[in-house]
This record gives sequence, C-alpha cells and structure tokens, in this order.
Amino acid sequence: MSILVFCDHDNGQFGAATLNAVSAAQKIGGDIHLLVAGDASGKIAAQAAAVSGLAKVLVADGAEYAHGLAENLAPLICNLASQYSHILAPATTTGKNIMPRVAALLDVMQISDIIKVDDANTFQRPIYAGNALSTVRSDEAIKIITVRSTAFEAAAAEGGSAAIETISNNGDSGLSFYVKSELSSSERPELTSAPIVISGGRGMQDGANFAMLEKVADKLGAAVGASRAAVDAGFVPNDYQVGQTGKVVAPDLYVAVGISGAIQHLAGMKDSKVIVAINKDDEAPIFQVADFGLVADLFEAVPELEKELG
Amino acid sequence: MKVLVPVKRVIDYNVKVRVKADNSGVELANVKMAMNPFDEIAVEQALRLKEAGGAEEVIVVSIGPAQNQETIRTGLAMGADRGIHIEASHDIEPLAVAKLLKAVVERENPGLVLVGKQAIDDDCNQTGQMLAALLGWAQGTFVSALDVAGDKAKIVREVDGGLEHLEIKMPAIVSVDLRLNEPRYASLPNIMKAKKKPLDSLTVDDLGVDIKPRLTIVKVEEPAAREAGIKVADVKELVEKLKNEAKVI
Repeated sequence: MSILVFCDHDNGQFGAATLNAVSAAQKIGGDIHLLVAGDASGKIAAQAAAVSGLAKVLVADGAEYAHGLAENLAPLICNLASQYSHILAPATTTGKNIMPRVAALLDVMQISDIIKVDDANTFQRPIYAGNALSTVRSDEAIKIITVRSTAFEAAAAEGGSAAIETISNNGDSGLSFYVKSELSSSERPELTSAPIVISGGRGMQDGANFAMLEKVADKLGAAVGASRAAVDAGFVPNDYQVGQTGKVVAPDLYVAVGISGAIQHLAGMKDSKVIVAINKDDEAPIFQVADFGLVADLFEAVPELEKELG
Repeated sequence: MKVLVPVKRVIDYNVKVRVKADNSGVELANVKMAMNPFDEIAVEQALRLKEAGGAEEVIVVSIGPAQNQETIRTGLAMGADRGIHIEASHDIEPLAVAKLLKAVVERENPGLVLVGKQAIDDDCNQTGQMLAALLGWAQGTFVSALDVAGDKAKIVREVDGGLEHLEIKMPAIVSVDLRLNEPRYASLPNIMKAKKKPLDSLTVDDLGVDIKPRLTIVKVEEPAAREAGIKVADVKELVEKLKNEAKVI
C-alpha cells in the first residue's frame, strides 16, 4: 500500500500543514510519497526530501504549477492515482480547492477534513462545524482525503533522506490564469493558523474599539477575530468572523472579549486549547466553555490586560 | 447568460444540532431548516449580476426531499426567476449532487454556476469543485469578488495567507465566500410573488444519474463536552494563570 501526499507550498515556503498531512498518512501506514508540483521547486523538493518518514519525493516542475491552480494540478495527480491506495492533502485553501476536482475526475467520493484515522478505510471528521463527529468508511479503491492540520502532530521536518524523482508534466489547461496575490500585510498572524486569537463581540460597541484588542494582539503575537454579531453590526469586515459561518480556529489560546457565546460562535472556536472569556454578564454562555472567565467591564479589563502583558 | 445557483436546505445556523440517540446521524425532525448561508450569498450575487445587466435569468436548483421546494421559494422570493427541484433523499453525497447538477447544466446551458463554498451541515466543501471537474470547466473557489467580462471572469479568492487574484475562462463554476456580499431579505410582496414563479420538478431517473452513496456512515457522535473552568478575580490573576498554569503566553 502506497500513499501519496500533496505538498502545499507557496512563495518558496514549504507549507507547514503538509507535515500534519504526512503524519496522518503515517497513521494509515504504508510507503509515503510526497508530490511537489511547482515552478523551479527544487528548493521545496530538497526540503521535502528531509521530512522524516517519506519513501520518495515526486517533483513536477513547470510554470503551470507555480500557483496551485486546480485545473492544472488535478490532472497531474489523477495520472499518478493508479499507483496509490490513498491520496492526502492538507485541508488548506489549496488542498480544499484541488482535491475535490481530483476525486470527481476519478469518480471517487472525497473524505474532507479528517481529524482521526481509525483504520485504512475509516476516518473521523467533524460535521456541523464540529458540533458532531462523523465516522465514515470508504470502500472505494482509492481514498481521496483532506486532513485538518490542527488534529495531527506535525511530522519531523528533518531527519529523512527520501529519493527525489522527477515526473512528467501534464501541460496547462488554459482554463485559469494567475494574476497576483495580496498577502495580508498585517504584522499579525493569519486567523486560522495563529497560535493565539483575540476576538471581540457585540460588547465592543464600535469598530474603533477593536484598536484595544489589536494592542493586546500585538503584545501576544495574536490574530484578531470577531463574532458574527460584531460583523453583522458592521464593527469589522466579514473575514474577521470566527464561527460556523466564518472561520474555524483552534489556537493554543483563544480570548473572547464581549462575546456572549452564541452556538454559531462556539462552533468556530471550541476546539481551542485554552479559552478565556471576558464579559460583564456572568450568565453569558461563553463562560460554560471558558477555562478562565473574567466577569468585568471589557473597557477596563482589556487596557489593563495590555498593561499587565508589559 | 443564464446563471444557475444550486441551493441546499440545511439546519438553520442558529439551531443547536443534536445527535440522534442511535448515533446514526443528526436529528432533523422538527428542526428549523433554512437555506445554507453560503448559498444565500450565491443567490444574491446572481441577482446583482442580473440587475447590472450581466445575466438574463437566474435559476435556483435544489436537490432533496419535497420540503426543498420551500428553500427554492426563498431564492425566488429574493428575486430568482425560476426553480428546479430534484427529488432525492436529504443525505445525498456531493459527488452525486455534482453529477445531477452536471445533467442540469447540460439541459440549461448556463454561462455561470454560482455555488456556496460549503454547506454548513456536512462541511464537505466539494460540490463546486466536483461539478467543475465533471464539466471540464474552470473553477473559482472561495471567491470574495467577481467581475464577469465577456468570456473571462476576474475573481478574488480568499486563501490562507490573504487574497489571490485569478482570471478564469467562462463558462465557469464560482464558489462564494462570506465577503462577496450581504444577501438581501425577501420583502413580503416578493414572497407573495415568488409563489407564482415557475418551479419544475425532476427525478433522479429523469437525469439518468447513479446516486448510490459511496461512503458508509459508521456513527455520528457528540464531541467531548468542554468543562467550564474557573472564574478569575481580576486581570492580574488571569495573566498569572495563563503564564504559569496554562503556559500559553
């Protein structure tokens, strides 16, 4: 049994979530091959070969693979499929974009966003934004899977010495064209991958008050999020939204400020390792999931928190 | 250009889901259902395209039991022109949905299919990409800006590190993300008008698609409940606990 893992990488950086997908592949068991497709991806391939636990690194080099376009990558992956029992990708926006296209081309039903490997055919995945966990079995000849990176430890990035093999290209589909990227210019980490997230809710009263959270975020190296209530009230843009209809986060520390804890918000953050709630209403449902609750006026507590953090 | 918008009927996002006692799934009986929020954004975008003169007709299609016609009526009340209902069980898989939609696309020849990026029930995030694969079309996923111009569309995608601008060839599948727009509410007169708009019904057999499930649901469980922790007296104690007890800062 051999497993192919799709390597997510961007701008010359080896995508960390790939290591979590490798670790999920190790749980399934078998020879693990990593596919590095990109333009002048030699540096990434060398990094990939050092990842512990890989039997082989396959490299497809071409301008058509430079930007992770699904229309070009899916046929490449499909051509390799017959040699594998499983194809895994991290459930990053790149993995989520490409893998269903691969699955449909192979006439296979994908298993999205797995959080646990029960055996080679059986996997656990969250549904309803983690409000329920579904265990599914696939009897398809090949399993197409995306892996939630927060659910698996990262495989060691060093210590391996996999052979690098170049494979042939599939050419450009001519369907989609990369124009440019606008990477978040913020000094702060990205919401879904930040180790610490501080979010504001309706209790913030005004968008301008989010500046208080940003100051704390700067001291902690945290990302800033918001509840749907705060987004609906127009305090912050929609991409701040943490929750079932927004982003699902699982940082080491989640600080909920002025957030009551609606079901839809809890669904997006309750897998955080440590949850702190600051709210003046001691009956707020957020306190039922918080490890540390502080009943206080946020307009006093947040500036004080910033000061305490030094 | 026709715009096709597939919409899914899901448990309303404000409702707390309950797992069935026999662990076979999630309780759907007597639970408030609504249009998948991402699909509402797709309907809204189709309507805006039409209002701007970029589309002639907006068709809403839904696959599921008879009650899905209510979801289609919601789309019609927002302003869509007509609906197509394909009778099927509620728990049909994305691959089968994509195959049925492909058959609808072949009948209707839309120039654009706008889908929600994922449904908030099974969270699969597959249907749009699968449909694009089956049709051999371009796919713009997780889109927060869309500008259709002739045989190309400029799109902005929400990706992990920020935004990505692409140009895709039309016809295309565009899966929409939260920031694309804010869906309108249906006014009462429009809700009344929607009742008279055409709604065709099709069966899976009409479309000649095999929808047999490929995956077996072994069990559905509640996640481990999170225990409430402690209340701290003040900010000082909070910081001390985070530093020394939880060791997260």
